[in-house]
Amino acid sequence: MSYHEAPTIAPVDAPRLDQDDRPTLRFVTCGSVDDGKSTLVGRLLYDSKTLLDDQLDTLASESKTAGTTGGDLDFALLVDGLQAEREQGITIDVAYRFFATKLRRFIVADTPGHAQYTRNMATGASNADLAVVLVDARKGIITQTRRHSHILSLLGIRHVVLAVNKMDLIEFDGDRFASITAEYLTLAGQLGISQVQCIPVVAPDGDNIVAASTRMPWYTGPTVTAYLESVDVAGDVSQRPFRLPVQWVNRPHADFRGFCGRIASGTIATGDAIRVQPSGHHAHVARILTPAGECDRAAAGESITLTLTDEIDVSRGDVLTAGPAPLVSDQLAAHLVWFDDEAMVVGRRYVLKCGTASTGAMITTLKHRIAIDTMAQESAITLDVNQIGYVHLKLERALVFEAYRDDRDMGSFILVDPISHRTAAAGMIDLSLRGAANIHWQRLAVDKSVRARLKQQRPCVLWFTGLSGAGKSTIADLVDRRLAELGRHAALLDGDNLRHGINRDLGFSSVERMENVRRVAEIAALFVDAGMIALVALISPFRSERETARHRVEAGEFIEIHVATPLAECERRDPKGLYRKARAGELPVFTGIDHPYEAPQTPEITIDTSELSSEAACERIIRYLREHHYL
Amino acid sequence: MTGQIELVMEASPARSAPDEAPAHHRTTSHLQRLEAESIHILRETAAEFRKPVMLYSIGKDSSVLLHLAMKAFHPGKPPFPLLHIDTTWKFREMIAFRDQRARELGLDLLVHTNQDGLSQGIDPFTHGSARYTDVMKTQALRQALDHHGFDAAIGGARRDEEKSRAKERIFSHRSTAHRWDPKNQRPELWSLYNTLLAPGESMRVFPLSNWTELDIWDYILAENIPIVPLYLAAKRPVVERDGALIMVDDGRIPLNPGEQPRWRSVRFRTLGCYPLTGATSSTAATLPEIVSEMVASRTSERQGRMIDRDSPASMERKKAEGYF
Repeated sequence: MSYHEAPTIAPVDAPRLDQDDRPTLRFVTCGSVDDGKSTLVGRLLYDSKTLLDDQLDTLASESKTAGTTGGDLDFALLVDGLQAEREQGITIDVAYRFFATKLRRFIVADTPGHAQYTRNMATGASNADLAVVLVDARKGIITQTRRHSHILSLLGIRHVVLAVNKMDLIEFDGDRFASITAEYLTLAGQLGISQVQCIPVVAPDGDNIVAASTRMPWYTGPTVTAYLESVDVAGDVSQRPFRLPVQWVNRPHADFRGFCGRIASGTIATGDAIRVQPSGHHAHVARILTPAGECDRAAAGESITLTLTDEIDVSRGDVLTAGPAPLVSDQLAAHLVWFDDEAMVVGRRYVLKCGTASTGAMITTLKHRIAIDTMAQESAITLDVNQIGYVHLKLERALVFEAYRDDRDMGSFILVDPISHRTAAAGMIDLSLRGAANIHWQRLAVDKSVRARLKQQRPCVLWFTGLSGAGKSTIADLVDRRLAELGRHAALLDGDNLRHGINRDLGFSSVERMENVRRVAEIAALFVDAGMIALVALISPFRSERETARHRVEAGEFIEIHVATPLAECERRDPKGLYRKARAGELPVFTGIDHPYEAPQTPEITIDTSELSSEAACERIIRYLREHHYL
Repeated sequence: MTGQIELVMEASPARSAPDEAPAHHRTTSHLQRLEAESIHILRETAAEFRKPVMLYSIGKDSSVLLHLAMKAFHPGKPPFPLLHIDTTWKFREMIAFRDQRARELGLDLLVHTNQDGLSQGIDPFTHGSARYTDVMKTQALRQALDHHGFDAAIGGARRDEEKSRAKERIFSHRSTAHRWDPKNQRPELWSLYNTLLAPGESMRVFPLSNWTELDIWDYILAENIPIVPLYLAAKRPVVERDGALIMVDDGRIPLNPGEQPRWRSVRFRTLGCYPLTGATSSTAATLPEIVSEMVASRTSERQGRMIDRDSPASMERKKAEGYF
C-alpha cells in the first residue's frame, strides 16, 4: 500500500456525509452545589454504555481513593476532571461530554453550581438547546435555582427538565415533589420558559434516569433519557433571512476573491441578490463553495465561501444579507451578565465582539440591575461579578446585528477588557437605539485639518501621568512655554486646577477619579478638534481610563508621557505636603500610599525626573514632537 | 409511562442506513455540523492571530485537521505552516508519511527537535516516560513556538480523549511561560472567541474539541482521508511489556534477556513515540473493519498510551506545563 492512497474502501459501505443520522441535542446541567449534577451526567454516561472497560476500572479504583460515596461508584469522578475539583469534590468548570442512544446523540455541558462560577454555567448554557435543572428534594427551589433559571431564560433556553434529585432522602414523597413542581412552574412562567418537564430521580441509583423507578409508582411521566430523546427543540433558523458574517476574505490569486463564513441564518442560492452591511453595496452570488464542493445553494449552519458578480468592498466584520435588512446602529440596548471580578464601569472602554465584528464600546447607561431572587429591576451604578443588568451601549462604529430573541448568532456579544483581556461580560441584544439616526453630527465646514493647517501643527494630546509630586505639572508647564516660544498653540489642562472649576463636584473615590479623567479626556479631545495641542497633567492612576482617553481621539493623536519618578523620591520632595498628610492618615485615599497606581505598559515617552532635569525632559518631549512631525 | 429505553453504543453510519428519507431538500448531518464548526474555528484563527501554526502530529486526528484546513481555505492553501515536534522516536512510517503529505499538498512543514535533549541523550528507556515527554515533547514544543514567535498553535485534541481535555476551551489561553491555568479559563460563549493576547502570550486552538474518536473514523471513511498505514492491522514485530505490545521499529530498543520480537497481526489506535505506544491485536485491515472494531471495543484509545498512566492527573499537569 502506498502512503498517499487511503486504504481500500468498499464503496457500498462508505457513508456519505449528507446521509442524515441521529440528530444531536445539546443540553446543559445546572443546579446548586451538591445537588448531584455531575453524578447525574456520570450516570447517563454509565447507563448509555459510553464508558469503556478501562475507564470503568479507573472509576472503580478512584471511587475507593477519592470518592465521596463510601467506596460505591462515584459517578461525579467521571466528569470532575480537574485536580482541584477532585480534591474539593466540587465542579469548577464546564465539562463537555458525549453520549448517544438509538435515537439521538447528546453533547452535555456539566456546569458548576457555586455562585462564584456562574459565568462558567452561562458558558455551558450559551450553546444549549435544553437545560436539566437539578434541585435537592430536601431543599426545593433555592436562590441558585432562580439565578440559573434566570440566566437560562436570558440565554433563550425554552426547554427545561427539572430533575428533583435525592427523592430517596424524602421517602419518595409524591406530595413534596408536587409542591416543588408547582413552585418551579410559577417561576418558569415568570421567566418565559415555556416547556418544563419535572422528573423525580435518584441520580446515584439511576431511578428515572434511564429506567423507570419502581420506588415511585405514583410518577407516570417519562424518564430523563426518554424525555431527552423525544423533546422537540427545533427552532429553524434556516427560515429566517439570509445572514453571513464574513470571517475571512480568501484571495489565493488575482482571479478569485471569496468571502468565507458560517451562515448564521437563512439560505442562499447562486444568482441571489445580496447586500453588504453596513456599507449597503449590492451584488449577486456567483458561486457557492461548500466543504463538499461547489453547490447551487447552502443553508444556516454551513461554513461556505461565496464569490460575487461585482467587485465590491467586503471585509471581515461585514455581513452579507438578503431579504429584510438587519439592524445597523452604533447604539443598542442589551442584557449583560457580568463575568469579571472587576466591576463594570459606565463610560469605560471595552472591546465588543459580535459575530465576526469587533469594535470599541462604552456602556453609557446602566438602566437597571435585576435582583435574582425577586426578578425586580433595581437601580444601580455598577454590576459586580455574576450580576445581571440592562444597559445602553455606544459603539465606536456601526454594528450589524439582530435581536437575540430572533437570532442567537447575530444577537450575542462579549465584552473584553482591553487592558486585562479578560472576558468581562456576555451580552444579549434587546434592541437598536435609533438615537444615532436622529442626532446627526453637525457637519462643520471648518474642520480639524483646516485648523491644523492654519496653525502649522498636528493637533495632539500630551498626557502626563504619574504619582503626585512626580513633576508632571512642572514639565507640562515648561513644554507649554516652549511651544509658545515656537509660535505653536497649546492649552494646559492641570488636574489640580480643573478640580477648582469643572470638576469641583468630584471627590477622590475610584468612581469619581474615573469621572474626573473622563471629563478631562473630553475637554482635551475638543482642543484637538480645534487644532490645538492639549497638555494634560493628571495623576490618572488607572490604565483603563487612560486607554479610554486615548481612544477618544484618533490614532496617533495621543502621546502618553509617563513621569516615572520613584515613589520614594516623590515622597522626599512632597511639594504640597500631601505625602506627610497621607502617612499621618489625614488623607484617606492617596495614590501610591493606599490607592493603586497602574503604570503605563507602553507609553510613548518615559521620564524619570530623579535622573533627568525638568528642562531636559521638556527638550526630549519637544524633540519627540519634531521627530514625529507634530511640529 | 414510557417503556424501557434500550441504550446502544454509537453505531457507525456505515451500518445504520436511515430508513426514511428526510422531508426537506437537504439536511445537515452530524458530521457536516462538526465539519462546519471546525472550519469556522480554523478561519477565526487565521483571521484573528498574527502568526498561527498548525501542530501536525501525523496521527489520525492530525490527518482530519489537515483535511479540514485544506477545505477551509480552498481554493487557496492554509495561511499557516505545519509544525512537527520530532522526538526522533516516532515510527519510521510516520516520518515517511509526514514528508509525503507535506510534499503532495505543497505545504510548509517545520520540524523541530530539542537539540539539548538530543545531546543529553534523553530517551524513553533510561529516563522514564515522564522526563522524556517533558524534555522531548513539552520543552521542544515551547522552544519551537518561542523560536518562531507563533501566537496561536492549532492542535487536534478532542474533549472525549481525557477528563482534563473535556474541561478545556476551544481557544485556550497560555501565559508567556506557555502555562495553562485550568482554574481561570476565559468564559467561552456561543461561537465568540476572546482572542486578545498580551505580548508573549499565546493561544492553543482545538478545532476538533467536539469530535469523538468514532466521528474521526467515520469522517476518514466518508472523506477518504489518507492515514498512516500503522492504523491498519498487519504482521509486525512486537514484544510484550507491562501488558502492552511494543513494536520493534528499529534497533534502538534494548531487548531484555530472553526477549524475542514476535510477528503478530496488530494495529495502533493512537500513534506517538514507538517505545511508548502499545499496539492492539487485530485483524482489521480496512477502514470499515476498523470502524466495526471501534464500535465493539470495550477500551479507550488512550489505553495504548503509556504517558497518561504516570499519575491520575498527569495530563492536566503536563498541559499546565505547556504540553499539548
